[in-house]
Amino acid sequence: MTQPPKSSTAPPGTAVPTMPALPPQSGRSGAPTPRRTPDATPARRTALAEGVDQLRAAATTEPGRLRAIGALLAVLVVAFGAVAAWQTDSRATAAGDVLHHSQPLSSDAADIYRSLADANTMAASGYLAGLDETPATRTQYEKDVRNAASKLVTAAANADPGSSSATYIKQLNELLPEYKGLVESARANNRQGFPVGGAYLRAANDTMQNQMLPKAQDLYKNENERLSADYGNATPYPWFAIALGLLALGGLTWAQRRNYQRTNRVLNGGLVAASAATAVVLLWVVVGHTVARAGLNDSYDHGVKSLTVLHDARIASLKARSDENLILVSRGSETTTLPDKQVVDTYDWGYDQQIAALGKGLKLADSLADDSAGRKPVAVANSSMKVWISRHAKVSENNELGKYDDAREGVIGAKDATAECFNSVDASLNSALIQETKEFQQSAGDGLDAMTGLTVGAAVLAALGAAGAVLGIGRRLSEYR
Amino acid sequence: MRARSDLFRRLSAVRRVRAGLRGWGGVGAMAVVCVLAVAFVLLLPLTQSRGEAGADLGGQQTVQGTQARAPKCDEATVQDQSPSPSDADGTTIDAIKTRGYLNVGVDQNSYSWGYRNPNGSSGALEGFDIDVVTAIAKNIFGSSYSPEKVRFRAIPTDQRIPAIQKKTVDMVVRTMTINCERAAKVAFSAPYFVTGQQVLAPKVSTITGHNDTLADKKVCSAKGSTAYERLDADKTAHTLPASVDIKDTVPNQLDCLVKLQLGETDAVVTDGALAASLAAQDPTVELKGAAFTTEYYGVAMNLNATDLVRRVNRVLETYRTSTGPDGWHASYTKWLLPTLRADSKSADPPTPHYK
Repeated sequence: MTQPPKSSTAPPGTAVPTMPALPPQSGRSGAPTPRRTPDATPARRTALAEGVDQLRAAATTEPGRLRAIGALLAVLVVAFGAVAAWQTDSRATAAGDVLHHSQPLSSDAADIYRSLADANTMAASGYLAGLDETPATRTQYEKDVRNAASKLVTAAANADPGSSSATYIKQLNELLPEYKGLVESARANNRQGFPVGGAYLRAANDTMQNQMLPKAQDLYKNENERLSADYGNATPYPWFAIALGLLALGGLTWAQRRNYQRTNRVLNGGLVAASAATAVVLLWVVVGHTVARAGLNDSYDHGVKSLTVLHDARIASLKARSDENLILVSRGSETTTLPDKQVVDTYDWGYDQQIAALGKGLKLADSLADDSAGRKPVAVANSSMKVWISRHAKVSENNELGKYDDAREGVIGAKDATAECFNSVDASLNSALIQETKEFQQSAGDGLDAMTGLTVGAAVLAALGAAGAVLGIGRRLSEYR
Repeated sequence: MRARSDLFRRLSAVRRVRAGLRGWGGVGAMAVVCVLAVAFVLLLPLTQSRGEAGADLGGQQTVQGTQARAPKCDEATVQDQSPSPSDADGTTIDAIKTRGYLNVGVDQNSYSWGYRNPNGSSGALEGFDIDVVTAIAKNIFGSSYSPEKVRFRAIPTDQRIPAIQKKTVDMVVRTMTINCERAAKVAFSAPYFVTGQQVLAPKVSTITGHNDTLADKKVCSAKGSTAYERLDADKTAHTLPASVDIKDTVPNQLDCLVKLQLGETDAVVTDGALAASLAAQDPTVELKGAAFTTEYYGVAMNLNATDLVRRVNRVLETYRTSTGPDGWHASYTKWLLPTLRADSKSADPPTPHYK
């Protein structure tokens, strides 16, 4: 650092137009040029070294500093814009995925789960009814199977190859025809009057409840995890962009203050424009995200959580219903030994478990519902469930007493049967699901709307801001020409 | 009660021996010991042969159990321990009449034995066991009998004995084999049907019965059933090839037919009566070979319901010999003849012996 100031002068050449303007009053006694050697020829110096020299030289003069400040501000504003655009874009994409991709897939998976459970319930009811099987039951069964099959195709198209979801879908696809074969054998044997039909139905029920439904449930859980992950990507504030924005705004303020101190001019048009643009983008990013987060969080709390609880409750009611039918189909063919060595009828016990799960689910759904539109169907389902339980007690009593026909009538009969209660629970839960899906779409849609245009807006405004900063500095710089 | 007094007698005999062989007491004790020893020696060969059949009891256990029960119960003659028939009413029968209906535990899924015909006009239960119940109810209620006088309850296999002990039902008529273990807990009527474990396989199968043709085949049986225990014992005793796969066990023998039809198993082992009920539901399967055990079905009742047991025995006596449309033979012809055929050992009712 001992070279005289003159020595910092680069070799004369057209490549360094700013150098001749270097004023002696720059004052810096030792602008460093460490690589310089007296005999060095220009050809030997690297472009980098020359650049460094130029910068160093520039920093020693006011126009040089102004240029540096201008460049820095422009870079800051552009970086802010770019980061803001990138971060909001990734969040908007995730929010869009929630609304248009992962939630519909989660809903589809729930639908597969429900269709399968419903098909099983319809098969059991139809079997118990035997010759009295209604076309509605039969049609519903076929519709459920078709629905599950077609939704599995959609799910397969959206599952990553080799993922656990893909495995579940493959297994469900294999089990579905197997299940249907068992149900049809059950039906054919029942028509012949052979009790082996009941054994086929139990085998079908076992395939469904112990193999297919757990897989459908896991698939549903996977899709819900994907949904949660999308929420996780959509909701955090873009802190990096906000920090850059504040930095850019700070830089612009400082530059204007410096300008004011040196020139006594209050306003520099370009810099003011740049500050305004930066402030607008920053505000937009913060407010837009806050609104979007509120919408998404609301859609999660009141939509997704409620939907999950309602789906689970509905599955429980379907399982309870098929178990209730199977109590009368199996007629004591299958018992389960509980951990306390108590021997119970497998389906009687299954019914008790599922009804308890339904009760719990409805209680939870009621606490999650945020308005009367959501609470009302849950309340209806709850009161229907209570009637169901009391009627089932009567069915059990009749069955215990050997009044089989009365018991059967109590399950699938036209009047005062548990069928009525189950149908009411199912219909209420369905309308609750429709209501919550609507609320979800509303909230998530609002959230997504709050980010509309933010990406492009941030990019355009940041570009304008950068231009403003450059022009503003350029205006000052021109005074030195 | 009887068992306890027996035990008491033996214990007192031992005590008297210990007290010293004095006077008539000593002679009496010697006599009792001699009688017990003779009875034990005479019954020993029988217990050993039954030891093979009763696979659920280990060898050591069998001997011990027989020692304690030797004068009371023997698997070979347990079906002959029912009290003699009588028409007399008693507290149990009076209670049933007062109640106005008979509670009977039956199987409702056993084709030809007790099942609900979904295509029947009334959806009522029908089958061989149901005919037996009807005969009993007709006798108890006499002229006031109507089908409403019987309440049929679906009792799972493993709940038959608890249901009788808890008096949930008056009797169980459910293809229930008479054996010592059960006879200690419930009272059996004289036998109304004789059958034995038998192999059921597709008509086209190479399996010919309970023999080496089962090698490398999968054989299905109901969980915890006599059939499974017997197969397991036969494999251990090498009367069946070690390659017979008996891992397939299911909750109900009907599930074996499902497995057979789906090709998941090669043969089913269950008692001939139930195998016949399976064969009746599928014309492509048949009974293979003769029954390889002998088992008797009895009506099971509460241990204290001696009046009812005697009455049932009286009903069965008439029922067995009746040649009318309500008799044993008519019922056999209707439900079992098509699959068990006339040359089966089941084709005639067993001859009853009473205690």
